[in-house]
Amino acid sequence: MIRALALLLALALPAAAQEVIVAGMSQNRVSITADFDGSEILIYGAVKRDAPPPSGGPLEVIVTVEGPSTPVAVRRKDRVAGIWINNASVHIDSAPSFYAVATTGPLDHILSDIDNLRYGITIERMIRAIGIADEADQAGEFVLALLRVRTNEGRYRVLEGKVELTEDTLFRTDVVLPANLTEGEYKVRLFLLRDKRVIASQERVIGVRKEGLERFIFNLAQQQPLIYGLLSLAMAAFAGWGASAAFRLIRT
Amino acid sequence: MQLYLPIAEVSVNAFLILGIGGIVGFLSGMFGVGGGFLITPLLFFIGVPPAVAVATGANQVVASSVSGVLAQLKRKGVDFAMGTVLLVGGMIGSAIGVWVFALMTRLGQIDLFVQLSYVIFLGLIGGMMFQESLRSLLRARKPGGAPIRRAHVHSWVHGLPFKMKFRASGLYISVIPPALIGVAVGFLSAIMGVGGGFILVPAMIYLLGMPTKVVIGTSLFQIIFVTGFTTVMHAVNSQSVDMMLALLLILGGVIGAQIGTRVGVRLKAEQLRILLSLLVLAVSLRIAVDLLVKPSELYSVAGMLP
Repeated sequence: MIRALALLLALALPAAAQEVIVAGMSQNRVSITADFDGSEILIYGAVKRDAPPPSGGPLEVIVTVEGPSTPVAVRRKDRVAGIWINNASVHIDSAPSFYAVATTGPLDHILSDIDNLRYGITIERMIRAIGIADEADQAGEFVLALLRVRTNEGRYRVLEGKVELTEDTLFRTDVVLPANLTEGEYKVRLFLLRDKRVIASQERVIGVRKEGLERFIFNLAQQQPLIYGLLSLAMAAFAGWGASAAFRLIRT
Repeated sequence: MQLYLPIAEVSVNAFLILGIGGIVGFLSGMFGVGGGFLITPLLFFIGVPPAVAVATGANQVVASSVSGVLAQLKRKGVDFAMGTVLLVGGMIGSAIGVWVFALMTRLGQIDLFVQLSYVIFLGLIGGMMFQESLRSLLRARKPGGAPIRRAHVHSWVHGLPFKMKFRASGLYISVIPPALIGVAVGFLSAIMGVGGGFILVPAMIYLLGMPTKVVIGTSLFQIIFVTGFTTVMHAVNSQSVDMMLALLLILGGVIGAQIGTRVGVRLKAEQLRILLSLLVLAVSLRIAVDLLVKPSELYSVAGMLP
């Protein structure tokens, strides 16, 4: 609702009509196959203008890639009776499984707080943690911990200055998707900014799906768990029998 | 070669997994244990989620036990009657274990629960085994000190009702103690992803007084079914069995086991037992250190289904 309103406002601004993004991606689907080891996606584009570029601040570009969001539980270990155990926990309504922000410059120099709030650009804006203050002391620490843990896992990335902008018209950036990828639709958003304000934006989607054998095994495990369990069992029994038979053959 | 595991949803080095399977198979062939107590912690260390490690570990133990029991059948080393009684207990224990596992996962204490089980049980069994084998090694060194072993020791175990004849073991005892041992092993199998041979074997020798020649075969017989049952239960309850991971572990494991068996016959029984007990103690200590030392990251993140 807020975002739709914001978009309406943005469209109403005269500047928005002057500069438009034309974007493309090296691929719009990622297949997780058995040998999947992460993937690099090239996101590129150009700025289309009807008139010469407006005067004012320099043009800046922000590209975000957002994986499917899920609720998460963040737990803190405390020392209880000499051992470290999970003690306090906080339930966060929604956090993206992957999030990358690539920019042409430092975020606090090119993006105003208001537009960050309006469009939800930085990672902090993407984490929905309402009402966690009641769940534990220092609930804010849990959100910071979520950011830290997922950054260390390569799931959250801030790539400041990693968007190359040529002659205020052409831009490109590479976003690396890690090997521990979650399935789903990955939303790619592109923003043009001047004077810390968003003047144009666009959205694209990358579909990430398990394929081939991975797809087959995953579906079977989810949809036919009993058959899957029995099949795993049969495979193990057969392998055990096969091994002892094979080595008996070798010995004789 | 990197391989993406469809259920664990992590990318691992296929040769590393084959190697883990191989080393554990080698040890299990050498010592005559399933090796689940090594596989599961090793999978934790390389980043496989605990739930997947436990469920897939159970699946791997099925393969190594089938391989082992086939060899024992030829030597008439399986007491089917005893195995069946243990099994009935085992199924009940496994079902309880899977239920507790799901409950602990919900409470966010599954890691602690699994780790504590490892520390306590491996520590106890390792310590007992080390003490016992050290004593028998020292006794063997002393000239003329052959230990006197009585065939039957009568204890309170023999006073219980529901007696049954176990022909292959030459025993006439109540079914209650073996059934209870079965329950305990089934429970541990479900929460630790192990076969439970390291508990079953001493329990059968020292508590039930079974002859050593049927102990390993009977233990393997019961382990096949309990770990098999556990695998299916985990697959149905939490979809946490990773077939791809299991296949690699099994492949490495069966090859390692055959090599291990060759090496095992060249070593003395007491030496083998001391080495095994040291290994068990080392795993237990390694996990205990993790619990006692302040972790570098106090917070953990667990995704949940919406």
